[in-house]
Amino acid sequence: MHFALQWRRRSGWMLAAGIALALVALVLAPSGLGGSKRTAASCIKGAGKSIKIGASLSLSGDFSADGQAFKRGYQLWADHVNSHGGLLGCRVTLDIVSDASSPAQVVTNYQKLISSDHVDLAFGPFSTLLTVPSSKVANRFGYALIEGAGGAPAVFANGLHNVFDVSLIIQNQLVTAAKWLASLPKSERPKTAAYPTSNDPFTEPQLPVARKIMEKAGIKTVYTKVFPAEVTDYTPIATAVAATKAQAVLLGSVDVPTVSAFIQAFAQQHYNPKAFIAAAGPDQGAAFTKAVGSNAEGVMVPNGWYGGLANKLSRAMVKAYIKKYGGNASGINADVAEGYSVGEVAQQAVTAIHSLDNKKLIAYLHSGKTFQSVQGPVKFNSLGENTAIKPFTFQWQHGKYVQVLPAGAKQSKKPEYPKKPWG
Amino acid sequence: MTSQYAQAVVDGVLSGGVYALMAAGLTLIFGVMDVINIAQGIMVVLGAYLSYALSTHLGLDLFATLVVTMPSLFVVGIAVEWLFMRRLAERDRTAMSILVTYAVAIIIEGILIQVFGPDFVQLHAPYVDQSVHVLGFYLPYIYIYGFLLAVVLLGLIYALLYLTRFGQALRASLQDRRAAELIGIEVNKVRTITFGIGVAVTAAGGMVFGATNAFNPNSGYDLISRLLTIVILGGLGSIGGALVAAVFMLVVEDVVAVAWSPTWSTLVFFVVLVVVLTFRPSGLFGRAAVRAQ
Repeated sequence: MHFALQWRRRSGWMLAAGIALALVALVLAPSGLGGSKRTAASCIKGAGKSIKIGASLSLSGDFSADGQAFKRGYQLWADHVNSHGGLLGCRVTLDIVSDASSPAQVVTNYQKLISSDHVDLAFGPFSTLLTVPSSKVANRFGYALIEGAGGAPAVFANGLHNVFDVSLIIQNQLVTAAKWLASLPKSERPKTAAYPTSNDPFTEPQLPVARKIMEKAGIKTVYTKVFPAEVTDYTPIATAVAATKAQAVLLGSVDVPTVSAFIQAFAQQHYNPKAFIAAAGPDQGAAFTKAVGSNAEGVMVPNGWYGGLANKLSRAMVKAYIKKYGGNASGINADVAEGYSVGEVAQQAVTAIHSLDNKKLIAYLHSGKTFQSVQGPVKFNSLGENTAIKPFTFQWQHGKYVQVLPAGAKQSKKPEYPKKPWG
Repeated sequence: MTSQYAQAVVDGVLSGGVYALMAAGLTLIFGVMDVINIAQGIMVVLGAYLSYALSTHLGLDLFATLVVTMPSLFVVGIAVEWLFMRRLAERDRTAMSILVTYAVAIIIEGILIQVFGPDFVQLHAPYVDQSVHVLGFYLPYIYIYGFLLAVVLLGLIYALLYLTRFGQALRASLQDRRAAELIGIEVNKVRTITFGIGVAVTAAGGMVFGATNAFNPNSGYDLISRLLTIVILGGLGSIGGALVAAVFMLVVEDVVAVAWSPTWSTLVFFVVLVVVLTFRPSGLFGRAAVRAQ
């Protein structure tokens, strides 16, 4: 009796001590009771190790707004993975360094990430301009470079087999919008179009494709000049476009300031095209509306993703984004989704091969398998371009960023056409 | 086509005024202190952000914000001079100032990113997108106001330099620091105030820049090369030269953009710049002439 009582007391004490120890362990764990609670102990690299993923992003310089958005995309994905058991049982850590939007710095960064930091995987930088040199460095070290913002032909023209773009094929971006304009009844169809573009490898391949479609439909080209990417005074270019009185403007822009400057100059010149479609800039969510204000109304942009996309993965990401950073779905920069998709594809491929061997990873990504991402399906052709994703066109309508093309698609709303006058 | 050239000239003159406003502080500071202020671009952006904060949160008109932003940047200028510039050795001042002001630019950029984030913003007011129709041309109000502001502020600086005792002291310390000190001029004080004035004027340039361009904390780097070009062409230290050079640069670029291609506009301007500097190495209104007055 005495022994039984003593045992019961002792076992009670041991149970309490065990619970206390378990609580202490939970509190002392890297992320407390948060993100890493489900990280498995059996990491493929060894107990307690993590998978290090390196990326160079433009956290300052010309692409800083995009670079910061991409960083959020990568971080959101890493948070998601770590809260769901990690990658191959390991916690994912990101090693992100800033390239200040410089093609020279991005080379140094990837050399450092791979040869000095010994990252397990390499994710891409922002923009075609920086992806081209980055892919060469990664290739030299035998690394796969999975990226979300380097879809222009310049990236794939080097014949490298290690670069994989999870986003849209750039030269097809404006096709949906061009076909829609060409398909309008003759009385509504624009009679003339202007195609001013920045001399950037992202924008220049897009406009000739769209122009060909529109010219075939009888839409006369009235302006095609290229302007330098570094231009700081857009007034004469925009004024020259306004002077043509083109009824449609397809602007080869890479950022918000370019679009904003054209809109302002057009408003000042009392010039109102029926359609104004920019290659990039309006897809940056709140970053765009903060700059152009109410003049965002009616502006169109091609892309593969928006906050309202009817995709289960996308909805979950949007929810996580708003929880972490606030705002609303329309305000989320499309770069976030592009970055997140990079992580998703890498995760699915690495899980499938159950290895961090980049040679195997490259072979698997080229195997023709289809991956799922927040932007939709991803399937790489022999060049590393994503052939599965379909281009949409979005438009700012009454402060909301909505899908309008392809016309008649399930989620597409009616395009605002002709666009309301500026100002 | 002729009307397009004329429009390009008008646009160039008006936007040249805005650039002169941004460059005036740079040339003033160099003329007085032999300091090349690489932070001028970020000071423009800082001025734009201050106007943005005041117009967004207090609903102030953009031009009314200058009542606050110009004195604020005057204080910033004095602080930068007192904290960093004064400590530079006289012998290495010009070369070292490039490094020091670059560091200042990075510090201010970092603070702006922390406070405002990396997203682009722009200053808004009803007149920013509006224009007046004169002789067949649409003249944007913001550029007209910006040009007038440039003329007024540059005129005031000119008057300060040449019509006041402070200006006399300033020019005396330019010509011969030691002689100026011997006749009782507090050269350090003169320099500090001049640096403050140079930065304060930049607040006005920043406001007009922010109303005509979307900007973020990194926008200063695109500006600084153009501003340096303007002050070199105008003549380092020459206020009037900055205005003439800015207008000249923008007119050349705008006309080339219309007549030929925007791709060549900057190149053509730089060719002209090289030709001018070949024959007038100290720029259109070189510093030697400025100091001799």
